[in-house]
Amino acid sequence: MSLNIDHVSVIYPAADGHPPVAALSDIDLTIAEGEFVVALGASGCGKSTLLNLIAGFLSPSSGTLTLDGRAVTGPGADRAVVFQKHALLPWLNVIENVAFGLQIQGVGKEARHRTANEYIQLLGLDGFQGSPVYKLSGGMQQRVGIARALTCDPKILLMDEPLGALDALTREKAQELILKIWGETRKSVFFITHSVEEALFMGTKLIVMSPRPGRITHTFDLPFSRQFQAGTPARQVKAAPEFIALRETVLNIIFSDEEAVQ
Amino acid sequence: MSQPPKTPGVFARLARARPTRPGEIYGVPGQGNTFWLSVGSVAVMLFVWWLVTTLGWVKPLFVPSPQAVLAKFVQVWNEGFTNTSFLEHALTSTLRVFGAFVLACLIGLPLGLAMGMSPTIRGIFDPPIEFYRPIPPLAYLPLMIIWFGIDETSKVLLIFLSMFAPIVLGARSGVKSAAIEQIHAAYSFGATRWQVMRHVILPSAMPEILTAMRVGIGFGWTTLVAAEMVAATKGLGYMVLSASQFLQTSVVIMGIFVIAAIAIAFDLMMRFLERRLVPWKGRM
Repeated sequence: MSLNIDHVSVIYPAADGHPPVAALSDIDLTIAEGEFVVALGASGCGKSTLLNLIAGFLSPSSGTLTLDGRAVTGPGADRAVVFQKHALLPWLNVIENVAFGLQIQGVGKEARHRTANEYIQLLGLDGFQGSPVYKLSGGMQQRVGIARALTCDPKILLMDEPLGALDALTREKAQELILKIWGETRKSVFFITHSVEEALFMGTKLIVMSPRPGRITHTFDLPFSRQFQAGTPARQVKAAPEFIALRETVLNIIFSDEEAVQ
Repeated sequence: MSQPPKTPGVFARLARARPTRPGEIYGVPGQGNTFWLSVGSVAVMLFVWWLVTTLGWVKPLFVPSPQAVLAKFVQVWNEGFTNTSFLEHALTSTLRVFGAFVLACLIGLPLGLAMGMSPTIRGIFDPPIEFYRPIPPLAYLPLMIIWFGIDETSKVLLIFLSMFAPIVLGARSGVKSAAIEQIHAAYSFGATRWQVMRHVILPSAMPEILTAMRVGIGFGWTTLVAAEMVAATKGLGYMVLSASQFLQTSVVIMGIFVIAAIAIAFDLMMRFLERRLVPWKGRM
């Protein structure tokens, strides 16, 4: 699997007397097999626009996006999206939500529930198959969303601030869970977050984006998620001097971007 | 010189929000159980009705006593009214209203959904519906009679039209209920537009559709009497109207109560359906 983004720009047309806005300008990015790419940046830097491009909800004004050599021309099951919230279907219970993607693809009920059950186990939702999703906590709802994205066996997972609505403790547990699943499924991931610590802890590659025009200004290769997978406890990884030093570097970049905007 | 703190006046104290009791949320507008107040309100109204009629403050011609209305109900139940049994009156009206209701749902719901989904269909059907919607059914009743005669067709059609617009508009705005994330999720699994409609937009529109159906049937009952004004020989509306011509006020009031009772029974059924079909309403 390889996703190539080549000289991609997105320009929103002029409206209401405002000049055209360059949401993304000349983006080059490659996401290789098994890579965990995290996008971080001040608001308005085009992170979500980039995710919408990869998902196929938006077409670029110029440049090309290819997945395994084929141009991305629309949404497809090879790229699954995990949203921050509001994306589950409350009239379906947990297992029906998890199996929803397979249902769309016409997989029979028995087969799709069998697959759904595997991912329900993987995400620690066993026993909640029949629960209504609106009665679950925010953390469990997010796990349902991740399980649903995984059932269709996508080549890449697109995660749009999936943990943004969770409380701090649930969030740290969810980070570890996602890393564990990433390790087991070997999926490629494109992950958007507002949290610098989360970005550093989870990614194998960090792209820092800046607004006006939205562009990638810095790229870092990150060792921390592999340390965690090798058995170092999460708190220890996050307390290491290299982690803290890099956190400060990245925070400086983002704060200076925010100040430049104001 | 320090002044003693001024005690707030009675109005200030009444207007101030009080801390809530455990289990309630502070500041939610209008929270609290109203059941016993409602029971009391009904009891007081019945009592005042009974009092003013029993003491003779109002002539039975204007307001007959509750006992008289009840007695009239038993009498009409046993003997019928204008040579038609009570149940036939009730059944005729119920069939008219529900026939029109089924028709309005069969045509209105798909049309409303289509208008919500397609700008073309919305552009075509929005003007006629918005044009006739605010017109009182009584105003176009003569047209119905000229075009469709005085038999069942014009009656059902009049009731149908009164329900049609609210049902269409409810279904149309229900289309907007789905969160864009839900729609995007379905598309990202490779769903077709039709699948998104079937699996996301339609189910999420259900709460608004059920509400529209409740509103619609309410309009239907309010139009029933108008529909039975002309050339009807049975029906609850006909019963009320002809009783009023003979100044049989007790039958008029009894008929009103019967219409209200059927309408309330249906509304309770719809609310029950709502709890069963969309228990997730407003919770996600």
